[in-house]
Amino acid sequence: QSTLVVAEHNNEKLTPITLNAITAASKLGGDVSCLVAGTDCAKVVEQISKVKGVKKVLVAQHASFKGSLPEELTPLILETQKQFSFTHICAGASAFGKNLLPRVAAKLDVAPVSDIIEIKSPDTFVRTIYAGNALSTVKCNEAIKIFTVRGTSFEAAPTEGGSAASEEVAASSPAGVSEWLEQNLTKSDRPELTSAKVVVSGGRGLKSGENFKLLYDLADKLNAAVGASRAAVDAGYVPNDMQVGQTGKIVAPELYIAVGISGAIQHLAGMKDSKTIVAINKDPEAPIFQVADFGLVADLFKAVPEMTAALNK
Amino acid sequence: MSGRVLVGVKRVIDYAVKIRVKPDNSGIVTDGVKHSMNPFCEIAIEEAVKLKEKKLIKEVVAVSCGPQQSQETIRTALAMGADRGIHVEVTGKDYEALGPLQVSKIMAALAKKEDAQLIILGKQAIDDDCNQTGQMTAALLDWPQGTFASEVALEGDKVKVVREIDGGLETIKINTPAVVTADLRLNTPRYATLPNIMKAKKKKIANMKPADLGVDLTSRLEVLRVDEPPQRQAGVKVETVDDLVAKLREAGTI
Repeated sequence: QSTLVVAEHNNEKLTPITLNAITAASKLGGDVSCLVAGTDCAKVVEQISKVKGVKKVLVAQHASFKGSLPEELTPLILETQKQFSFTHICAGASAFGKNLLPRVAAKLDVAPVSDIIEIKSPDTFVRTIYAGNALSTVKCNEAIKIFTVRGTSFEAAPTEGGSAASEEVAASSPAGVSEWLEQNLTKSDRPELTSAKVVVSGGRGLKSGENFKLLYDLADKLNAAVGASRAAVDAGYVPNDMQVGQTGKIVAPELYIAVGISGAIQHLAGMKDSKTIVAINKDPEAPIFQVADFGLVADLFKAVPEMTAALNK
Repeated sequence: MSGRVLVGVKRVIDYAVKIRVKPDNSGIVTDGVKHSMNPFCEIAIEEAVKLKEKKLIKEVVAVSCGPQQSQETIRTALAMGADRGIHVEVTGKDYEALGPLQVSKIMAALAKKEDAQLIILGKQAIDDDCNQTGQMTAALLDWPQGTFASEVALEGDKVKVVREIDGGLETIKINTPAVVTADLRLNTPRYATLPNIMKAKKKKIANMKPADLGVDLTSRLEVLRVDEPPQRQAGVKVETVDDLVAKLREAGTI
């Protein structure tokens, strides 16, 4: 038994969710190898070879891997699989992993298992369905098991203590059917949403994009990331990459502060695994209070600045 | 590009329904529960119809795989502006086991049969939340894929797709034929108007079986059980911001 983890990175740094995927892979038992495919990824290879639990790092460098296009990475993974015959192939359930692994799976005529939250045995996984309103235990009878891993459900593997050997794998010839043009990443000095210890999120109750400043001020006091409900995104207050929920990002911080969010099931699916949940809403009947550890029925426009001020004390 | 677009439309439990797990943990209660078109599929249909209205494509074909009732979902797509429908009938045990891999095989076979230039699908269905069918259909056809699209522009024989990724947006350009999957912000689906609902009744829905397309429905995934997620207990209400901050400090959270 052996597992391949497809590493996500930007040629400079490993994306944190890969560490969660490595933990999941380690739980299966057997050797864990990581595939790093990029244009110039020596730094990433160095990082990942120190990660505890990784036995081998497979490296493929080629100009065609720019932008991690699935059309280019899929043939590489298939070649790697041919060479090493892994029993499991996995990646983080991020935009990268969700885009890539189903393509690989279809090529192998394998039904993949998306976004797993628990491993019961090497062929049995738990995943959420219906926006987290039910848990499905799935047995995968495929010869090769292919799955993506929900980052918040597995600890990150320690980034020290490993000493994996690295090995070049041959890059396949470019498919050349797709071209990566550009990336526009939202710039922020705040922590990244899915890995932040504290998240402050705003909903339609904020009434405008400008009013999110109240949340940014509070977030800066708490060293928190700022998220939003789908309603706030749909209303155009903030960009979609801030969306927390089943169709956005799944977060599970130590502290989640929901401000002016009613608590649609879709939103709850994205945050209900947070350790402590605070809800601030003027509607005492808002469903968010049913999952909140601490609920404050108040006008957010008064309460949030008050809270920011109180944190100074 | 001036061809045919296939759009997949899935019948799912309506997004507003609070689902219930069956007492024997074998699945979700679906009998007597309101079903609708998967919201992401509505966005996919809207995008295809818009391309047709801009005269960038000739025909929009809505496809649904499932039991007889899937035809209602196809009718909705026709009322939104699709030209015709294809119902691939899957029932009983086959329908229970029908997953993204099997649907991808059906979509890929149809794409060849219909000589489609573009397939637009929702990025995921709100029942199984798999987010796989588009990627797998593209793989089976060896076509490029533009997943999680928030903007689609046809440029000659290529498609420019702006994609929703974790940290923001990404722009790619892919050859056609291609598969595109719709994310939330791609467009706002229209409501079907009464005249269009009436018109849709006259549009044709072809009926076929997976076997007619040479697709084997064998699934090697087995759902062992379905459970309710652990319920979170509601905590306490606090009266003031100071109370709240004090409680959080007490708990060591801040």
